Amino acid sequence: MKNNKTKIFIPMDTAAMSMGSNDVAEKIKSIAENQNKNIEIIRNGSWGMSWLEPLIEVCVDDERIAYGPVTVDDVEDLFKSGFLRGEKHQLFQGKTEEIPYLKNQQRWTFRKCGLIDPFSLDNYISSGGYTGLSKLLNADQSYGIEQLEKSGLRGRGGAGFPTAIKWKTVADTQSDQKYIACNADEGDSGTFSDRILMESDPFTLIEGMTIAGISVGANHGYIYLRSEYPHAYKVLQNAIKSANEVNWLGKNIQNSGYDFNIDIHIGGGSYVCGEETAMLESLEGKAGTIRYKPPLPAIEGLFGKPTIVNNVVTLGSVPDILSMGGEAYSEYGMNRSKGTLAFQLSGNVKRGGLVELAFGITLREIIEKWGGGTASGKPVHAVQVGGPLGAYFPDSLLDTPLDYEAFSEKQGMIGHGGIVVFDDSVNMASQARFAMEFCSIESCGKCTPCRIGSTRGVEVIDKITSNVNREQNLNLLNDLCETMIDGSLCAMGGLTPFPVKSALKYFPEDFEATDNMSK
Amino acid sequence: MKNKFDHEIALAIIHKVGARPEMLVQILHAIVKEFTYVNESAIRLIAKEINLTRAEVHGVVSFYHDFRTHPAGKRIIKICQSEACQAMGSRELTSHAEKTLGIELHETSENAEHTLEPVYCLGNCAHSPAVMINDKVYGKVDKEKFNQLVKSE
Repeated sequence: MKNNKTKIFIPMDTAAMSMGSNDVAEKIKSIAENQNKNIEIIRNGSWGMSWLEPLIEVCVDDERIAYGPVTVDDVEDLFKSGFLRGEKHQLFQGKTEEIPYLKNQQRWTFRKCGLIDPFSLDNYISSGGYTGLSKLLNADQSYGIEQLEKSGLRGRGGAGFPTAIKWKTVADTQSDQKYIACNADEGDSGTFSDRILMESDPFTLIEGMTIAGISVGANHGYIYLRSEYPHAYKVLQNAIKSANEVNWLGKNIQNSGYDFNIDIHIGGGSYVCGEETAMLESLEGKAGTIRYKPPLPAIEGLFGKPTIVNNVVTLGSVPDILSMGGEAYSEYGMNRSKGTLAFQLSGNVKRGGLVELAFGITLREIIEKWGGGTASGKPVHAVQVGGPLGAYFPDSLLDTPLDYEAFSEKQGMIGHGGIVVFDDSVNMASQARFAMEFCSIESCGKCTPCRIGSTRGVEVIDKITSNVNREQNLNLLNDLCETMIDGSLCAMGGLTPFPVKSALKYFPEDFEATDNMSK
Repeated sequence: MKNKFDHEIALAIIHKVGARPEMLVQILHAIVKEFTYVNESAIRLIAKEINLTRAEVHGVVSFYHDFRTHPAGKRIIKICQSEACQAMGSRELTSHAEKTLGIELHETSENAEHTLEPVYCLGNCAHSPAVMINDKVYGKVDKEKFNQLVKSE
């Protein structure tokens, strides 16, 4: 070691801070000062092992030893046990990279999350950052799209559209101005992979957007960031500033002749703005009502110009696809679902967190092996995959492999990879009602099936559970769901019926007349 | 001074963010950050400065949940109402908060101490239920932790 300072890594992402990591950092600092211990605190991002947060690591002989979850009250005890030398303690988790939760993952897009200091561009570059963009700058402009084609990468925001086709469309469309719009409006309940990537490894997103810009001939990018992520905003702002300072952004990037700039726009707390055309409206400063398609945003997008709209994780997957080659990425996954997806385990689960794995693993494996079952210890009753518009799966469907097509066959949706677990205290009629209520709150109002259907949906479910014309209303609810699916302009109204229908199909007993709707 | 609309400050904000129609959502955020809400005077001023009609500005204000039109209290408490938090008792937590603070969601207490609002996902789903108080997120908030949070800070 060059100096005898003991390095301590204390995460600074929203989740770790929400569990007190800043206070822990303060406490460690003050005790170290009192005891004359020579330490250096590094505020890294999160490894995504949320259930261990705050996960503190001590660097001993170049190995990172983990302790977690550490609260302020544990700090004195940790010092007493000799955690600065990596000694055992009840919160001792061993070497970070050997923790099974992490070790058994297939980290690709998230490989630097937790490892590095998200505020340090040097740190990013020394762990392989900007290799992908450098390759592109030394190759033909089409190199990026070629590698994406080979990789089979599909949009990670939820729709799963092949990324290379989108990029190629924008590249092939003639225009004096084109844009890259990064969708960072991660509104699905139970999803936080965009947040973790932005807060733990922001330069990966910046690099991915720059690659997109150069590949299609766009010199300007926007990150549409949800207002619920104030910390991600700070981290991204710093990353953009740092990248500009050393010419990884700005004019004539690394003397390549290409220009690329990025601005961040904050959303207004509207779920539907995660839909790409509503997002474009919002980026233009307007109400986030959706647009008719066609024209596709790739042809007429932001301010009427050809625009790539990609999710954070999609763009964040790009740098390593370029640096390691598209074929290396496509070796992961199954069928038409290539590569990895960062699943996010949450809700009533013992070990929640981010689990990046190749497609093809079953839902049950993730919930049992990684999640460790429910937090309450009760049986798993229902699992919602893919956010508020995703179906509720009962136990009998948990062996479905996580693959876009396998899920749609079961009327489910992988979406953005959120997995929310419920134990048997849940009332599924309440959840169905909430799906409709949420749609009524968040509908942009442009099309009738979504705007009015959702309100009627809440009323009909209330009638069913209070036994008012039960059979008739059940039929009505089914009809309403079909109308919303077939008649809505976008996924908001078009997919809301899926959680409702799945609740009805798999948990009909919860729709019996009941007085526990408040549950 | 928060909560009191000031023409000069608002004007400066609009021009700092950028007096262009595409910056409207960003301008409104900055106005809410300064005054906690958007009032009629702000709408008039913004409309004039970025050359939109008042109706157009009003339409944007009313579309987004973030742009409240009444002053907020000292502590803006947002409780996540989404599924992952529901699975860990956010409905009970919300009832508890309403009872404890004597206000319902979307309301501000009479002494202007607390504003209670729903939020649909804070991205802290693995630490549900999640609560945000003035931009700071808290995880695994049970009734006791909630009581502490609204007392301290």
